[in-house]
Amino acid sequence: MRPVGESAPRKDGPDKLCGAARYIDDHPIPGALFGVTVRSRSASGRIKGVRFDPSFPWAECVVADARDIPGKNAVHLLGDDQPLLADGVVRHAFEPVLLVGHPDRATAWRALENVTLEIEPIEPVLTMEDSVSRKRVIWGDDNVFKTITIKKGDAAAALAQAPVVVEGVYRVPHQEQAYIENQGMSAWFEEDGTLVVMGSLQCPYYVHKALQPIFALPAEKVRVIHAVTGGGFGGKEEYPNMLGGHAALLALKAKRPVKMIYDRTEDMQATTKRHPAVVRHRTGLTKDGRLLAQEIDILMDGGAYMTLSPVVLSRGILHATGPYECPNVSVLARSVATNTPPNGAFRGFGAPQTLFAAEMHWEKIASVLGKDPVDLRRRNAVKVGSVLATGQVLKESVSAGKVLETAVKRSNWTAARRAHARWNKDPGKPTWRGLGLSLVHHGAGFTGNGEVYLKSRAGLAIDRAGRVTVLAGSTEMGQGASSTLAQIAADALGVPYGSVSVERPDTARVPDSGPTVASRTTMVVGGLVRRAASDLRTALAKAAGRAPSGAPAFRRAARKLCGAASERRFLAEYERPAGLTFDDVNYVGDAYGSYGFAACAVELEVDRTTFEVRLLRVFTAQDVGKAVNPRVVEGQIAGGTVQGLGWALLEQCVYKDGALQNPRLTDYVIPTALDVPDIEVAIVEDPYSCGPFGAKGVGEMPMDPPGPAVAAAVFNATGLFLPTLPILPERIQEAADEEAARRALK
Amino acid sequence: MIRLSVNGRRRAYAGPPFARLIDALREDWGLTGTKEGCGEGECGACTVLIDGEPANACLVPMGQLDGARVETVEALGTPERLNRLQRAFAEKGGAQCGICTPGMLMAAEAHRRAKGRKDREGICRALSGNLCRCTGYKHIIESVSAALKGKK
Ligand code: FES
Ligand code: FES
Repeated sequence: MRPVGESAPRKDGPDKLCGAARYIDDHPIPGALFGVTVRSRSASGRIKGVRFDPSFPWAECVVADARDIPGKNAVHLLGDDQPLLADGVVRHAFEPVLLVGHPDRATAWRALENVTLEIEPIEPVLTMEDSVSRKRVIWGDDNVFKTITIKKGDAAAALAQAPVVVEGVYRVPHQEQAYIENQGMSAWFEEDGTLVVMGSLQCPYYVHKALQPIFALPAEKVRVIHAVTGGGFGGKEEYPNMLGGHAALLALKAKRPVKMIYDRTEDMQATTKRHPAVVRHRTGLTKDGRLLAQEIDILMDGGAYMTLSPVVLSRGILHATGPYECPNVSVLARSVATNTPPNGAFRGFGAPQTLFAAEMHWEKIASVLGKDPVDLRRRNAVKVGSVLATGQVLKESVSAGKVLETAVKRSNWTAARRAHARWNKDPGKPTWRGLGLSLVHHGAGFTGNGEVYLKSRAGLAIDRAGRVTVLAGSTEMGQGASSTLAQIAADALGVPYGSVSVERPDTARVPDSGPTVASRTTMVVGGLVRRAASDLRTALAKAAGRAPSGAPAFRRAARKLCGAASERRFLAEYERPAGLTFDDVNYVGDAYGSYGFAACAVELEVDRTTFEVRLLRVFTAQDVGKAVNPRVVEGQIAGGTVQGLGWALLEQCVYKDGALQNPRLTDYVIPTALDVPDIEVAIVEDPYSCGPFGAKGVGEMPMDPPGPAVAAAVFNATGLFLPTLPILPERIQEAADEEAARRALK
Repeated sequence: MIRLSVNGRRRAYAGPPFARLIDALREDWGLTGTKEGCGEGECGACTVLIDGEPANACLVPMGQLDGARVETVEALGTPERLNRLQRAFAEKGGAQCGICTPGMLMAAEAHRRAKGRKDREGICRALSGNLCRCTGYKHIIESVSAALKGKK
C-alpha cells in the first residue's frame, strides 16, 4: 500500500498517549529561575515610577527592565514598533513593563502582588471608529497600519445602473485561540555565549530572527528548539518572539536559565486574538440574482502594535468577495490601531472575518430577491476559467460547485427547509428549526509573493544504515505535520512510512522551511520534501548502479551513497510554479497558487422561550486537493469546524477600558463534547497540479464556513437576521424584541 | 506526613497540606503526564483518578489524600505497550496536539471502569468536563467508543 492516501497512525501518537511527550513545562531545566511579567493595568499612559513593596524578599529576585536590553528594544516582525518591554509609555492594557525571576515558582507569582506601576493615564483610543476618525493619533500619522485596495472593472458605474442594490454591515468579534497548553518558553546561555530558547511555538525561525537584534547576536549564536506544542492555531505564530525575548533577557541578567510559563489568565489577557472586523457590502445584481458589482469596505482592529495586521488584512481582502465571479469589484481594506492588546494570527487569518460578511450578505440578497440562497450561490460561484477580483484566472482545481452540491445533497436542503417551515408554523412546537449553508474558498500558502520571499528549504537526511529523516523547520502542534511530511517522503522514496522519521525542529539541525502557518506545510513544505526525495532516489540509483528495490538493497545503496560520511542531506528550495505573478502594490494577479473550497450546512433549533440554540446536524464538504492522510485531514476539518461553531455561538471577549474582563475558561466558553453534534465530513479531492500528489491547504479553511452557516440557519429558523457574531441567546432575544416592536408600530 | 499510593507505588508527602495534587505529581514526583490547562477546574487536562473516581488534580489539596489511591496517565501503558484505550486513540486519531489527552484518557478510563453508557451521548457526558480545542471531539469519541466496544 502506498503511504500517501493512507490513514497512517500519527508519529507523535504513542508518546502523547502515555504522558511521555515533553511539553515545555515538562522539561526539567536544572537551576532555572521562574520568570513572571509585570504588566500595565492601564490602556494608555506614561510610566512615572515603580514601587516595590519592601516586605517582599526582592533580594532573592532578579528584575529586568527595558534598560537591560543589550540590543534593540523591539520585537521584530513586520514593523519594529512593538517594544520588548515598555520604555516610558504604555499603549495597551497588560503591556509588559518588567520581568521578575525567582527560583521558586510560587514566590515568583507572588512578586506580582508586591510591585506597583505608577502610570499617568492618557486618554485611550479603544474602538476602530475612534481610531479611523483620529480621535487621537496613537500610531503613525493616521492610526492606519495598512490600507489595501482591489479594483476590477468599474463598480461605481455598475452600481449606479444595477436593477437591484443590496447593502449590509457585518461585524465579527475577537476570538481567543484557547489552545489548551498556555504559552511557555525556557532560555539559557551556553558557555560560548550562544543563546538557546526552547518552547511552545509554531515558527522556530521567526523566534531565531527576532532574538538577534534584541541581544545584538549574530545568527549562529542563537538557537531555537521546538518543544512538543499543545496547540497553536496562530496564537503561537508571533507571540513566542516576545516571550522568548523575555525569558532570554531574564536569563542574561540572572546568568541562569529561566523558565516562563503563563497561566491561563495571563495568556488570555496579554497574548494575541483574532482581529475584530466591520465589513460593509454594497452589491449590484440583476433581478434574477446575477452579480454585477461588489463594493466592499473592510475595517480591522489591529490593537496597539502592528504585529501581523497588514498580512491578516491582505488575506482578508483577498477573500472578501467570497468564491464568486463578479465583473466589477472595488474593495477598500484598512487595519487600524487601538489601545488594546495587539491582535494577531488566528487560523484563517482574516478570511473568516470577510467570508462571514460575504456569505451572510447572500442571505440578505436572497431575502430581498425572494430567492433560494443556494440557487444564488450556484449561479455566481467560480468555476474553471473564472476571473477573481485581482484578475487571477482560475485554471484548475476549482471545486466550488462540487462542494456546494455535496452539502446541498447531504443536508437534504430543499426537503429539510420545507419541513422546518412547517414545524415553525406550528405554535405548539417548543423550538424553531432552520438549515443554513455557506460556501467559501481559502488560498493555500503565503499570499502573493510571500513564498518567493521566504525561499523555504526542506529535505531529507539519509545515513549509512539507510535511515531516512525529514528535515524541516515546520512544527507539529497537533495538526499532523510530522506524519504528513513522513508519508510524502516515504511515498516518493518508495519505502515504508514506518522507516521514515522526522527531525525535531531545532534551528541548529533543520533548514528554514518557513513558518508553520497559512495552510502551507503540506502543499509547500511537502512539495520540497517530495522534490528532495526524488533527488535522493536518483542519487541512490546512481550509487547502486540501479534503483534499489527492497530494504536490504536500499541499505546497501545508502551505504554506498554515504561513503565515508555518516549521513548525506538532500535539500530542496522553493521555486514558484511557472506562470504565477502577483503585483503586491496594486493587488493584481495570482494571489494564491491554488484555493481550497468548502461548504458547510448547519441544522439547528432555537428554543422559543430561552432562545438557546441547539445544533442538530453539521455537515461539511471540503476540497483539499489530495488527503495525504485522510484521518489527519478529517481531524483538522472536525476540529476547525468546532472552533468556528464556538466563534459563532459561544465565544465572547468582553472588554472594559481596553482590558479583557473574562480571561478564564470559566467565563470565556469554548465548546465541550456536549455542545456539538458529530461533525460529518466529506473530503473532496480535486488535485492541484503543483501540490505534492495534488495536495492543497488543509488547516485553516475549516474555520471559515461555520460562522455564516450558523447565522444563516438562525435566520432560516427565526426570520431574524443577525449580522453580528457571536449569536448568543440574549442577542436573538433582543432581535426578536426589536422585530416585535417594529411589527407593533406598523 | 501524608501517605498515599500513586500508580501503585507508595508515596509519602511532607509538604504543605494545601499544596495541589498536580504540583506534587509534576514537581515532586516527576509525573509530568498530568497537564495544567487552567488551574481552576474548567479544562480537565489535569484529570486523574482518586480511588477510581475522576478528579481535577489542580483543585485537590494534598491534605485530603491521606490513604488515597491516585492513578495518572502514566499508569495506563507505555509507548511500546499501549493499553486498549490508548491503542484505540492511536488508531482513531484521538490525540492531536495531545495536551488534553492524558485527562481525556483518565476520564474515559473512569467511564469504562464504571461500565458507563457506550453510546455517543453517554460518552459525551463522561467527557464533558474535558476541553479539547483540536479535534472537535469527533475522533476522541470514536476512540472511546471503539475501546468500549472492542472485544477482549
Ligand atoms: S488544569 Fe485542572 S481543570 Fe484545568
Ligand atoms: S488534542 Fe489538542 S487540545 Fe485536545
